[in-house]
Amino acid sequence: MNRIKGNRAERKIDRRTFIKGAALGLAAAALPLNKSDASFWEAFFQKHFREMNDEEIKKVLQRLEKEAEQKYKKAVKIGNEKAMPGVLFGYGLDLSRCIGCRRCVYACVEENNQSKDPQIHWITVLRFKKGEKWVDLEESEKYYNPSLVPEKDYFYMPVQCQQCENPPCVRSCPTQATWKEPDGIVVIDYNWCIGCRYCMAACPYGARRFNWSAPNRKPEEINPKTHYLGNRPRYKGVVEKCTFCIQRTRNGRYPACVEACPVGARKFGNLLDPNSEIRYAIENKRVFRLKEDLNTSPKFYYFFAYGV
Amino acid sequence: MKDKKRRLSLIVALFFLLSLLFSFAESAEQDIPKKFFVPPPPFTPGIFPCSQCHQGMPVNRKPRKLEQMHQEIQLKHMPGGWCFDCHNPDNRDKLRLANGQLISFEESYYLCAQCHGVVFREWKAGLHGKRTGMWNGEKQYLLCVHCHWPHEPRFKPIQPLPPPMRPSDIK
Amino acid sequence: MFYLIKNFFIALRQVFIGNKKYYLWVGFLLFLILLGVSAYIDQAGRGLIITGMRDQVSWGFYISNFTFLVGVAAAAVLLVIPAYIYNFKPIKEIVLFGELLAITAISMCLLFVMIDMGQPVRGWHILPVIGAMNFPASLLAWDVVVLNGYLAINLFISFYVLYRLSIGKEYKMSVVGPLIILSIPWAVSIHTVTAFLYNGLSARPFWNASILAPRFLASAFCSGPAIMIILFQIIRKKSEVEIEDRAIFKIAELIAYAMGLNLFLLGAEVFKEFYSGSIHTYPIKYLYFGLHGKTALVPWIWTATILNITAFFLFLFPKTRENFTTLNMACIFVIIGVYIEKGLGLVVPGFVPDTLGEIYEYTPTTPEVLITIGVWAFGALIYTLLLKFAVPVYTGKLRFETKT
Repeated sequence: MNRIKGNRAERKIDRRTFIKGAALGLAAAALPLNKSDASFWEAFFQKHFREMNDEEIKKVLQRLEKEAEQKYKKAVKIGNEKAMPGVLFGYGLDLSRCIGCRRCVYACVEENNQSKDPQIHWITVLRFKKGEKWVDLEESEKYYNPSLVPEKDYFYMPVQCQQCENPPCVRSCPTQATWKEPDGIVVIDYNWCIGCRYCMAACPYGARRFNWSAPNRKPEEINPKTHYLGNRPRYKGVVEKCTFCIQRTRNGRYPACVEACPVGARKFGNLLDPNSEIRYAIENKRVFRLKEDLNTSPKFYYFFAYGV
Repeated sequence: MKDKKRRLSLIVALFFLLSLLFSFAESAEQDIPKKFFVPPPPFTPGIFPCSQCHQGMPVNRKPRKLEQMHQEIQLKHMPGGWCFDCHNPDNRDKLRLANGQLISFEESYYLCAQCHGVVFREWKAGLHGKRTGMWNGEKQYLLCVHCHWPHEPRFKPIQPLPPPMRPSDIK
Repeated sequence: MFYLIKNFFIALRQVFIGNKKYYLWVGFLLFLILLGVSAYIDQAGRGLIITGMRDQVSWGFYISNFTFLVGVAAAAVLLVIPAYIYNFKPIKEIVLFGELLAITAISMCLLFVMIDMGQPVRGWHILPVIGAMNFPASLLAWDVVVLNGYLAINLFISFYVLYRLSIGKEYKMSVVGPLIILSIPWAVSIHTVTAFLYNGLSARPFWNASILAPRFLASAFCSGPAIMIILFQIIRKKSEVEIEDRAIFKIAELIAYAMGLNLFLLGAEVFKEFYSGSIHTYPIKYLYFGLHGKTALVPWIWTATILNITAFFLFLFPKTRENFTTLNMACIFVIIGVYIEKGLGLVVPGFVPDTLGEIYEYTPTTPEVLITIGVWAFGALIYTLLLKFAVPVYTGKLRFETKT
């Protein structure tokens, strides 16, 4: 059907746009305007993110910022930084260093405005017993809670969105509410997602999270620096996931989990830059990707920097 | 008059030679490993500069058990190691490489690199240890000693943050 | 135009004609619907948190019911095959009631999808042209197309036939014929697409088996006709519609074959899973034997298996097939058996263990069950009301007024 390709700065009014406009207009006329709040209808009729032009996006961002400010009583900036040319993000995780301390999990929560109640984590750290099979993940334990880590007989493997080059979630979404950006980040338009959760069934990495109820977070805990496709406040009934901290990385910064890791097990950079840390890891270390047999081609590389 | 001219040409020649020398010096400097952007070393508060106590103290080079100060240091690094393998007996505010070259505490990675060459290479490449800052710009490095206490370098276990809630507990 | 409005009221009046039992039945259904609606209002307010579903098991009872009902909808029309291809008259006459059942089942399917959505208000995003339907990449988009198309075909056929009958004319085979022929592959397609919806996900080894679509169809041919056998008996008892025993027994015979095939396909799947014994065996192990002491589905699936096998033999032997006591027993067995097997028994093991190896034992919560019952009651009500109009038209008691 209609493949959405990307923002067009100046859209010519073609037949389809016209029909669309007419149809939406008719629907708007037919629906009773019992809600005095105009923004409800603006939100209802908001177009797909990649079908909006810059002007329309600006208006939407203003509306969303206003809503967020009303809700959290503080200014929330919702950015729309575009992908940098010549950049394809890649992530490396050194399994020989990870100690399973979960610092990344909570740094991610602080950065990305996840709901605290009900709890939403984008990173899951799995623990495996050394010497037992582990790659099928069936023997994993994610609720381990010793007093100190690392533990002698165990090793750890954090899992988050693998930012597949061939993402099954994108293929499965019935409304094109999730897609892969030019810099390789798989994003979700939280205003377009209908909450059918087919993407969650399709994801082989358990990376996608659903807002089973309205997300809750204290206003003082809100990180006001956000991105439309990333950590802006979300809604009840939509899916969310790791975006490699799009609000940070598109401004040149490292993802929050990279900076939080106390052992430096997390590496991040541009796969197209031969001098990047991630390229060094791929070219010099033994690398593997999770569930390689599914051909999802993740841009998340696990590696072993040293042989312990 | 002639003298003056000769002197002038001498000055010009000298100036030329000097500038040539400087330009060489500059290009030579590029071969020296670049300075890494690191935070200050994690000294115990008040302990540095070491010279505030060691100034004027006689130097005892004999390996022994420390009894008056630094008793907490149980060297668990290199078997048979001793303070002056790394610390400089004559100027305590500096560290000393095996070749006798003195380096500051901010550059202690050169000292570690003497034995841990592979790790040093990977640290420089950004693979070993944590980087913060910009993935496409200025990166903040950490010194080896920020994570590995040099006298007992093995990474200390830490308390993990709480496990996630079980799905049955999410109400 | 005058006649159109008048005839509409004639049809509407039918709904209010009935004895005490009828009103009691409708009242009972309305009560259940009310319960469901009130539970749904709670869900709409608080979110799907009131269900037992979580990130680990992200689809549950709603989608299970949806899957079962797609099968019912498909099978209801597949009776057309013997009726028209082999011109088997006793069934041909009752195909209409099958089509009405298909309409009902599809409506329920769409409702189940709606109540499962986190943002149902945004439903229009899935539409082509005004929304951003991800066609042909997403199987869910395919499902929307085929289900709505199927609904449209069946609505057209049954209402066209009823309309012609109600004005005292024979329906034109030139109009209905091609549509009936179209509806056969279409019925197969709705269930195939629904199977592919699961089948296409490499992340879920339990579903990622090419035998899934044939299994879906085979089990649908059991449960759908079983429901109809029971409905036919009720219809002929409560009205003057004559349905021959022959038709019912023929359908029962069909169920026997379908159940035989269904059990065979299940056996093939069980063999492959357990004999090869790869890591992908965990979900089916969980389903039949439990995993790490987690056994929530075990009693259910064994109940279903025993019921299905018992029903197979009851349908297979003419003696039990043509005895209404054992026949009805078999029908109920099949309905329950397939409902478990293709409902929770299919959906939940897809998520257990989840893709990271976690086992979360899903059980539907009370509000979830109430909403589901509400949808079923809604379906029963639709079918009752449709029959209330269709039966008198069919028997010739109700005729519309026309100019001539």
